[in-house]
Amino acid sequence: MNTDSVQQLDDVVIKFAGDSGDGMQLTGSQFTNNTALLGIDLSTFPDFPAEIRAPQGTLPGVSGFQLHFSSNRIYTAGDSCDVLVAMNAAALKTNLKSLKKGGAIIANADGFDVKNLRLANYPEGENPLEDGLLQDYNVHVIDITKMTREVLKDSPLGMKEKDRAKNMFVLGFLYWMYDRDMESTISFLNTKFSKAADILESNLNVLKAGYHFGETTEAFGSRYHISKARMEPGRYRSITGNTALAYGLIAASQQSGLPLFLGSYPITPASDILHELSKHKNFGVRTFQAEDEIAGISSAIGASYGGQMGITTTSGPGMALKSEAMGLAVMLEIPLLIMDIQRGGPSTGLPTKTEQSDLLQAYYGRNGECPMPVVAACTPSDCFNTVFEAFRISVQHMTPVIFLSDGYLANGAEPWHFPNSAELPKIKVNFKPARENEEELFQPYVRDENLVRAWAIPGTKGLEHRIGGLEKQHITGNVSYDPENHQLMVKIRQEKVDKIADDIPLQTIDHGPESGKVLVLGWGSTYGAIKSAVNELLADGFSVAHAHLRYLRPFPKNLGTILKNYEKVLIPEMNNGQLIKIIRDQFLTDATGYNKIMGIPMTKQELVVKIRELL
Amino acid sequence: MEATVSIPKPLTAKDFASDQEVRWCPGCGDYSILKQVQTVMPTLGIPRENFVLISGIGCSSRFPYYMNIYGMHSIHGRATAIASGLKATRPELSVWIVTGDGDSLSIGGNHVIHILRRNFDVNIMLFNNQIYGLTKGQYSPTSEEHKVTKSTPFGSIDHPFNPAALAMGADGSFVARTMDRDPKHLQDMLKRAHAHKGTSFLEIYQNCNIFNDGAFEIYTDKGTKAEETLFMEQGKPLIFGAQKNKGIKIDGLKPVVVSLTDGYSPDDLWVHDEQDFYKAQMLTRFFDDPHGEQHLPRPFGVFYDISRPTYEDVMVQQIIEAKAKKPADLDALLAGKETWTIAE
Ligand code: SF4
Repeated sequence: MNTDSVQQLDDVVIKFAGDSGDGMQLTGSQFTNNTALLGIDLSTFPDFPAEIRAPQGTLPGVSGFQLHFSSNRIYTAGDSCDVLVAMNAAALKTNLKSLKKGGAIIANADGFDVKNLRLANYPEGENPLEDGLLQDYNVHVIDITKMTREVLKDSPLGMKEKDRAKNMFVLGFLYWMYDRDMESTISFLNTKFSKAADILESNLNVLKAGYHFGETTEAFGSRYHISKARMEPGRYRSITGNTALAYGLIAASQQSGLPLFLGSYPITPASDILHELSKHKNFGVRTFQAEDEIAGISSAIGASYGGQMGITTTSGPGMALKSEAMGLAVMLEIPLLIMDIQRGGPSTGLPTKTEQSDLLQAYYGRNGECPMPVVAACTPSDCFNTVFEAFRISVQHMTPVIFLSDGYLANGAEPWHFPNSAELPKIKVNFKPARENEEELFQPYVRDENLVRAWAIPGTKGLEHRIGGLEKQHITGNVSYDPENHQLMVKIRQEKVDKIADDIPLQTIDHGPESGKVLVLGWGSTYGAIKSAVNELLADGFSVAHAHLRYLRPFPKNLGTILKNYEKVLIPEMNNGQLIKIIRDQFLTDATGYNKIMGIPMTKQELVVKIRELL
Repeated sequence: MEATVSIPKPLTAKDFASDQEVRWCPGCGDYSILKQVQTVMPTLGIPRENFVLISGIGCSSRFPYYMNIYGMHSIHGRATAIASGLKATRPELSVWIVTGDGDSLSIGGNHVIHILRRNFDVNIMLFNNQIYGLTKGQYSPTSEEHKVTKSTPFGSIDHPFNPAALAMGADGSFVARTMDRDPKHLQDMLKRAHAHKGTSFLEIYQNCNIFNDGAFEIYTDKGTKAEETLFMEQGKPLIFGAQKNKGIKIDGLKPVVVSLTDGYSPDDLWVHDEQDFYKAQMLTRFFDDPHGEQHLPRPFGVFYDISRPTYEDVMVQQIIEAKAKKPADLDALLAGKETWTIAE
């Protein structure tokens, strides 16, 4: 048996790539879980094709899963990979550019036959595995399909089903290569296929065969070991952004006593929130798959009007459809949460790709003067805290709130030092109480010192009143076309949102000096890339700092001062420059933009290059 | 010992009227409908604060402002969707929807068919005046072909919807029709709509005396009403006419008008059965041009009334069952199945 050497490594990026039918997402997430359970820090980036099953073997059909794991703290899924698993020629072709020089390729021989090479558009007669095109890499060709079939030769399954198990061979092999115990996957398979004994057995056998292949074959001299990361002590789990978001909502519901109602229409990459919330009826969660995006938000408005927390989840195109109803919620001044999991736009755009596409839409995309608070999460697990805040602001300030996440956060995973429910703050809810003595008319638009009106829900005696989308008379809430009143109400609605700045924390510098040469100001999912880049430059002695905005509307009160403390401000965004417009508008800051609009996350390296230009 | 029980005064129509000035055009059919709703609601035995009225946009959708109950004048076409969310979360409320032909069948058509199939226990009052009133006189999805309006100077090319048939097509569990000019029938139908558990679809012929005056005159005018309308009553043969001398008989698969003075007796006639889906379908298809020869009369009353589970009841049931099976434990949820601990 080959037990010779186990080499210590600090940091590895693996990309699993194959046809969308090859099960690479499952393989990646299994390896991720296994990694997480060892206390190794990690970050993932699943990258799906837009089509569920694009023609097999073709370039558009390639599905990838990138996993970065490390014994140090890490904040991104990695700029480039050390290991590329390529289940077919198309997977190699699409991903080779992201493999480091000298990196390892694990190729499935069967995926490089004449047919697959042709589907991947390699010139007639050319095979990258044989033609010396991959000299710069460390190539291992394994006949995974053949060996899988061999393991399963006595299995009663059909050939197609047998072949489906080949991702387990890869997984088993990688478990061997990274010195892992396979228990997490074995127990996962036992649960998943508890009712399909043949499939369970085939998967287990192939998984083990992959592991044994590593042990017995001579070709792979060395195994690798990554130690646990030095992370804050406590209990951890692995979490994706969409799951963290759903949990954040449930937690806020528990801490406020307000049941959740989700009105939603399926849309990538937000649908997983609907799936997740629909599982938790035991928390009193009501989920309603509406007939369209408009009914999604409208039903949520109905729920909020009735005294529950109405939520709607969507992405860019659905956001556009909901704008009119958002305006209604602004007029009604009731709580409501709109979750926009952004993706590449405009129009249908790039449904499965990430982009910070909708900040301007969230800010301005409604008719009339229609201000709404906007918050954004910056990492998968941060979706939990940020949505909890959105919930609090919405209820305590009687306003719809927009929460922004994106495809990268939604599907990406990271370790999460999850909170104990006892540590979570309570969210206070005030329903206007019933009145026995109805001498005086109830006036729905009377406001408190924060300009917040009362939440008077149907079924409460003595508070019968009418509200709607027509302009309201100050205090009485009656319909009013009075010119002065309209001006007053527009100003009040704006001031009410502005006043939320008194109720949110001041902006902090994530790391770096409190003043200096360059401030990198970010929002959303670029957090990890900016943090990594700034860390590197700080270590090299440069005067650079990083601030990351959770509260985008209103901004924290000290943001203007912070911006003045640096000679230059760089605003990197995965769009054509949206936050930068707002910052220029509000603070007249002559900021510089860095804009990547490719549907893929920003890398640390490109940011380092950009920041150095300003230093 | 003397008990001091204060018996609440029974509510009256006046208690259901708000302090707002009614702003429909004088003579508009909406006035009658408002009056009948204000008359019926206090008789239903529901505390006033448990009534909610949701409307969309259009002349009829101003309705909530005139009622002293909870009300929302929402956005165009979405009242049904908003009401769905409200009813899903607050099943104990009595939720009423006011909408018009443009609001519910044009811009909001999608939500109407979906609320019908889902069967939330709400009452839809569709004020059909076959015109756009608020935007000043364009044809609507129920306007007849060739209609000349502001937007169709050469006559409308659109084929109109038959709202009752559409509701049957969407598997509505209660479908009925009434008219503004028959207060008693209108009140009866409001009560029936309320009594039905499930989505009640009540089409109300409403005269817009400004932009489409007399659209339903043939059904409401004393001189023609008896001959042109058919008032359906459960378990009774379908008889109409000023002399009650005409009836509807099924000839094969076709309804025909027969004369009761001409050899037919009531025993030969179609007996109305609100639970018969096929017959209800056929009755909603009595939609002939009243000026055509040999046309069928226009039916009023309840076409269809069956019971099937409401969306909110099943939703609540699922929650009760889920809670019984697995208590809500936030810490267990947050931890999930697999955790690891980093030691100090
Ligand atoms: S325009 Fe027609 S429907 Fe509208 S209020 Fe006037 S009469 Fe009534």
